[in-house]
Amino acid sequence: MRKHHVRHVQYIFCVSGDFIKVYSTATEECVHILQGHRNLVTGIQLNPNNHLQLYSCSFDGTIKLWDYIDGILIKTFRVGCELHALFTLSCAEDSVFVTINKEKPDVFQLASVKLPKSSSQEIEAKELSFVLDYVNQSPKCIAFGNEGEYVAAVRDFYLSVYFFKKKTTTRFTLSSSRNKKHARNNFTCVACHPKEDCIATGHKDGKIRLWRNFDDEKKYTYTCLHWHHDLVMDLAFSVTGSSLLSGGRESVLVEWREAAEKNKEFLPRLGATIEHISVSPAGDLFCTSHSDNKITIIHRNLEASAVIQGLVKDRSIFTGLMIDPRTKALVLNGKPGHLQFYSLQNDKQLYNLDIIQQEYINDSGLIQIELTKAAFGCSGSWLATVEQRQEKETELELQMKLWMYNKKTQGFVLNTKVNMPHEDHITALCFCNAEKSENSTLVTASKDGHFKVWILTDDSDIYKKAVGWTCDFVGSYHKYQATHCCFSEDGSLLAVSFEEIVTIWDSETWELKCTFCQRAGKIRHLCFGRLTCSKYLLGVSENGILCCWNLLSCALEWSTKLNVRVMEPDPNSENIAAVAQSSMGSDLFVFKPSEPRPLYIQKNICREEVLWGVFVPRDVPESFTSEAYQWLNRSQFYFLTKSQSLLTFSTQSPEEKLTPTSKQLLAEESLPTTPFYFLLGKHRQQQQNDKLNEALENELVQLPLTENIPAISELLRTPAHVLPSASFLCSLFVNSLLLSQETKGAEENPDDVNMEEEKESDDSDEESNFTEKIQDINNTDLEEDVIHQLSKSEEKELKKFRKVDYSWIAAL
Amino acid sequence: MGEFNVHRVRFFNYVPSGIRCVAYNNQSNRLAVSRTDGTVEIYNLSANYFQEKFFPGHESRATEALCWAKGQRLFSAGLNGEIIEYDLQELTIKYAVDAFGGPIWSMAASPSGSQLLVGCEDGSVKLFQITPDRIQFERNFDRQKSRILSLSWHPAGTHVAAGSIDYISVFDAKSGSAVGKMLVDRQYMGVSRRKCIVWGVAFLSDGTVISADSAGKVQIWDSATRTLVKSHLVSNADVQSIAVSDQEDSFVVGTAEGTVFHFQLVPVTSSSSEKQWVRTKPFQHHTHDVRTVAHSPTALISGGTDTHLVIRPLMEKVEVKNYDAALRKITFPHRRLVSCAKKKQLLLFQFAHHLELWRLGSTVATGKNGDTLPLSKNADHLLHLKTKGPENIICSSISSCGGWIACSTASRFFLYRLNYEHDNISLQRVSKMPVFLRSALQILFSEDSTKLFVASNQGSLHVIRLLEGGFKHLHTFQPQSGTVQSMCLLAVSPDGNWLAASGSSAGVHVYNVKQLKLHCTVPAYDFPVTALAIAPNTNNLVIAHSDQQVFEYSIPDKQYTEWSRAVQKQGFHHLWLQRDTPITHISFHPKRPMHILLHDTYMFCLIDKSLPLPNDKTLLYNPLPPTNESDVIRRRTAHAFKISKKYKPLLFMDLLDEKTLVAVERPLDDIVAQLPPPIKKKKFGT
Repeated sequence: MRKHHVRHVQYIFCVSGDFIKVYSTATEECVHILQGHRNLVTGIQLNPNNHLQLYSCSFDGTIKLWDYIDGILIKTFRVGCELHALFTLSCAEDSVFVTINKEKPDVFQLASVKLPKSSSQEIEAKELSFVLDYVNQSPKCIAFGNEGEYVAAVRDFYLSVYFFKKKTTTRFTLSSSRNKKHARNNFTCVACHPKEDCIATGHKDGKIRLWRNFDDEKKYTYTCLHWHHDLVMDLAFSVTGSSLLSGGRESVLVEWREAAEKNKEFLPRLGATIEHISVSPAGDLFCTSHSDNKITIIHRNLEASAVIQGLVKDRSIFTGLMIDPRTKALVLNGKPGHLQFYSLQNDKQLYNLDIIQQEYINDSGLIQIELTKAAFGCSGSWLATVEQRQEKETELELQMKLWMYNKKTQGFVLNTKVNMPHEDHITALCFCNAEKSENSTLVTASKDGHFKVWILTDDSDIYKKAVGWTCDFVGSYHKYQATHCCFSEDGSLLAVSFEEIVTIWDSETWELKCTFCQRAGKIRHLCFGRLTCSKYLLGVSENGILCCWNLLSCALEWSTKLNVRVMEPDPNSENIAAVAQSSMGSDLFVFKPSEPRPLYIQKNICREEVLWGVFVPRDVPESFTSEAYQWLNRSQFYFLTKSQSLLTFSTQSPEEKLTPTSKQLLAEESLPTTPFYFLLGKHRQQQQNDKLNEALENELVQLPLTENIPAISELLRTPAHVLPSASFLCSLFVNSLLLSQETKGAEENPDDVNMEEEKESDDSDEESNFTEKIQDINNTDLEEDVIHQLSKSEEKELKKFRKVDYSWIAAL
Repeated sequence: MGEFNVHRVRFFNYVPSGIRCVAYNNQSNRLAVSRTDGTVEIYNLSANYFQEKFFPGHESRATEALCWAKGQRLFSAGLNGEIIEYDLQELTIKYAVDAFGGPIWSMAASPSGSQLLVGCEDGSVKLFQITPDRIQFERNFDRQKSRILSLSWHPAGTHVAAGSIDYISVFDAKSGSAVGKMLVDRQYMGVSRRKCIVWGVAFLSDGTVISADSAGKVQIWDSATRTLVKSHLVSNADVQSIAVSDQEDSFVVGTAEGTVFHFQLVPVTSSSSEKQWVRTKPFQHHTHDVRTVAHSPTALISGGTDTHLVIRPLMEKVEVKNYDAALRKITFPHRRLVSCAKKKQLLLFQFAHHLELWRLGSTVATGKNGDTLPLSKNADHLLHLKTKGPENIICSSISSCGGWIACSTASRFFLYRLNYEHDNISLQRVSKMPVFLRSALQILFSEDSTKLFVASNQGSLHVIRLLEGGFKHLHTFQPQSGTVQSMCLLAVSPDGNWLAASGSSAGVHVYNVKQLKLHCTVPAYDFPVTALAIAPNTNNLVIAHSDQQVFEYSIPDKQYTEWSRAVQKQGFHHLWLQRDTPITHISFHPKRPMHILLHDTYMFCLIDKSLPLPNDKTLLYNPLPPTNESDVIRRRTAHAFKISKKYKPLLFMDLLDEKTLVAVERPLDDIVAQLPPPIKKKKFGT
């Protein structure tokens, strides 16, 4: 879920899971990440009385007030119950409005919360007064109008308007909902005119209704604007109210000027469904967020000025997760017909590669061409993709494309296009990635019972020198469907599974070497062991059996009953990660093929099914001494769940975890020359050194620095207007100086830090210098003590441990 | 209900002419509608939108403007340059006055009703004084450059706004001088080099002028400063008409795309007194140009080229959810255009300028209930009878033996004698019609074809004996005690003894034809009579009124029958009373005296007087004949009203003999196919 606001050309806020990200509208860079909520953030609003402050609310039952310029949490108001939406009003200074859940799961009500004035950081705000009943939980379905004179809420077929002065509610029911059975005019969103008594509502059938005279239940009137053919996702009035913006699945932003049907402007081709629209308070910018995890910033004259693109998640992932060997970017299905290259380090999309190269027509009934398979080969110089379209059972359109990396243009160029490479669906695609092999080889396995070997051949003619791919060998085994294929690490052997049977082929002569059959159901996954374990072949069957065969003895080494969904070998070690599905959730097992005992087990990594996983090699190898985490030394394991959350295993990184104070090192650009300047200036140098060190993979023991003491840094970086009184700070400051020696000690021995509780982990030894942290949306075991965290230094965290959280889906 | 062979007739090629003007009269709650062929119809909105009067059209009299003045007086003006006043009592044209300004495009009566203003082709605006019996030319306003297409009085009567080509002028009503001019932009959001025609203007009491023009704009002007206040682009095509409510809080415009837009004056915020005009609801009930709109206190009325008169009630103005809260679409006239010669199986169709005589087809096949039988002989078009002159036919009739055809225009009466010799037909006009037989409102032959009854527009009823090759005037029933009340409906008893006649408001008179005297008068009822018939044998007169009430009156006993009293006591089913088209024809089964057959445009009903009446809890419409249910349930659920909605729109239905029905349908699609093509609009998804 992403919801956002623009504030005076400079910042745009967007909610991403538990965080609020602050982007600069000029540079599209993420300036701050406001962290502190323990659960999904559901609403953000600027403080109407202080435009440098931001309110946010979350499922964790708190409303937090932030100073977003510096990224500081100012106050926390504990409300207690789950908050679903937040609204602020300039006329109601000391109260905000929230949507809360009543007893029944689907009944929500709007209530106003009085925020008590107090100097303490954490305040209880339990004074709720009920405003409207039976509202929709979505913040798009409630709007305040005419400077807080009334509030409009929509749900199903009802529009309710509550007038604060008169304390009356009027409710309007759409007439056709009563007499038409399949009426599609459910309300979807609402917006209020800033100057006039006019409510705009969006509907499921694509209509926009403008309601007037709604203070009278009889004399009310409305007019219709109809351009959208599918539901209206969001509506927003411009600051002056002269135009109305609407968006929906058409991916077109429509501006209705003067609310006239004939007077409308369009901004088309925004790429994906518009989910939210917001208008900057100054009125010069609009901004839309899209279902593909994108924010577009649009000028008043309807010209898109900037795009902030995250990991595209609009569609189902067929290709699985891959790592581009060149850029180390995560590669998967992106926009329709595209492969996206996504940088895990920066949480940014690098680029989109258009594979299908056809205009995408957004219509629910159309059967689209799907990009189903992709694979990188030859250290990233080749990319193979498969696309298919199946209108009817018998009509299958298949196309395989091979792309060559062009060093000049730094991109992939289409080299070979193969129409109907197979008669039926292609089930697997793999390159021979052995270093020694002189000619590139690609193997495709298909349901038509064949596997085909494609090799790169010379395709030169008198005009130019060129290379192309041709089919070299077609293999089959008793007309069984080929379900998977895999090359051994050195490329000498090819394993192809034909339903229940695994066949091993010599890649030189394409001779069938041997077969394995375990009668354990269709083979779903195959992979060879690596390095010292390269004599082992692993197979996963649909009946939930994991088998390991020894290729030297041609015998089954071991097998176990495990309902494995994802099996991924680590390219840099012998380790293999397997994610198994159980009734409780998904469990992770890390093992070496040579040892039947797993190295590491993590039960219940998430509740939903895990669809894909991948090992991402680390730039800088870690040296975790703990046996249980050694498998994370060389690579990091990322996995994608059914709801398209991309999750990973990470070591605890206090820097990212908390303390807003530690996050704003980038904020100050110039500092006045004060006595503190020297401290800070030194710090800055140190900071740069750290970065250098990091680049050089040089692990230096950091010297203790005074500015790492939180009390001091807080004193320095907190804006003066939010600071407590000097007398209060004084003792803290002095104390912190006294304690600095102790922190130094802690610095030298950085191992005693996070004693995080780990539910199942049996080796929670104090010596461990990191802890396992599973970022799950429903995870509630985050009871770290903030004060405790503050006392920690963060220098060692500059080693890149990133935790990427894509729990945005939960609220969608 | 019994089984019938049904002749399903679809060859009546009737196309109503398009609606040009509507004028709403607030005092009498009546609506005058003029059509492109010059026909003017009066609808009584209080009496269930019944079309109670009509003035036949005339080829040269294309109406361009219609208005009510001095309460009940109706004027029209047209492209022949004449102003016409209609006599609403005698249903004739009172007089026609030439305005001497070329074709008249617009007309408006002053708010007081004493003056009439017409806008002419030559750019002149002429003021007429309305005197009690005529109109008198008074003054010319300042002459404009081009034709005056629309006129509107200021509600105080001091100023007049006139829409012309490319501009709107404001006149001082007293002096007749032009005091202001507002130029209308030719183009708006797009290129249009054509002239901008101001099709409609409306002057409000605060000095606001609202204009509707051919560029698709509705513009709001301030007449004091002559500045444009607000412009609403509502259509890509012309906005052709505008009408403002009496409270001046809402107005309605009609466009050439068939859309009607409603505008309302709403406060900007609930606290402030500032108000603005806001376009609210669009209504798309027309397929073609909406040439005219009217705004009654509770409804928006629109009409256009697609021949429908649409009455869309404003829900917020309707107090109770009844009848008036429903949308109405009136397409067909509420009078009979078809007559039937039962014995010869002939149908006579009445068109505006000709009559068609058809012989029904026949079949030898038999089949089950619901089967479509193949025709062994197709229907024959026997005769195409064209009337001379520019006038439309008012009424026509064929005798049941098929030997006589009579029809009448506004000034001439025609009687023809038909002779059938095998397949040949010879037609002979009976000449030398008497002077008093100049025009008729209704013509009826007696069952044995020996007598002809003619209702003339002076309120008199003529009885004529038909002889072979001639006729003889028997008697004239004069109207009661000087009231000029023209009779619109006639019914004669099958034995030829009784004649019932009904006017537009007073009760039904029953005459004894043998003794040639008034027998009795059925007590007057609030709603006009829509259909009359006298049952065979019993001589019970069945009367249907526009509020869907049906009465049965025994002529010999001079009182309502027991059944009719029982019906009145219990009341009709609420769904029956909610039907919105009037019953236009009543007939009887010759062998089953308990049955009454009647129909309106959308249903055909057989009332079985022997069965119990339905109460509000029972199902009125019983679409399925109970076949597999047991007889007990069948008897319990059976009630007197057997309704069939199979045939619609139904223009005529009658029993030819005991087992044969004839139903004349006119599908709306066939009418649309004969209209000019509508403005092409891009429809999404096509």
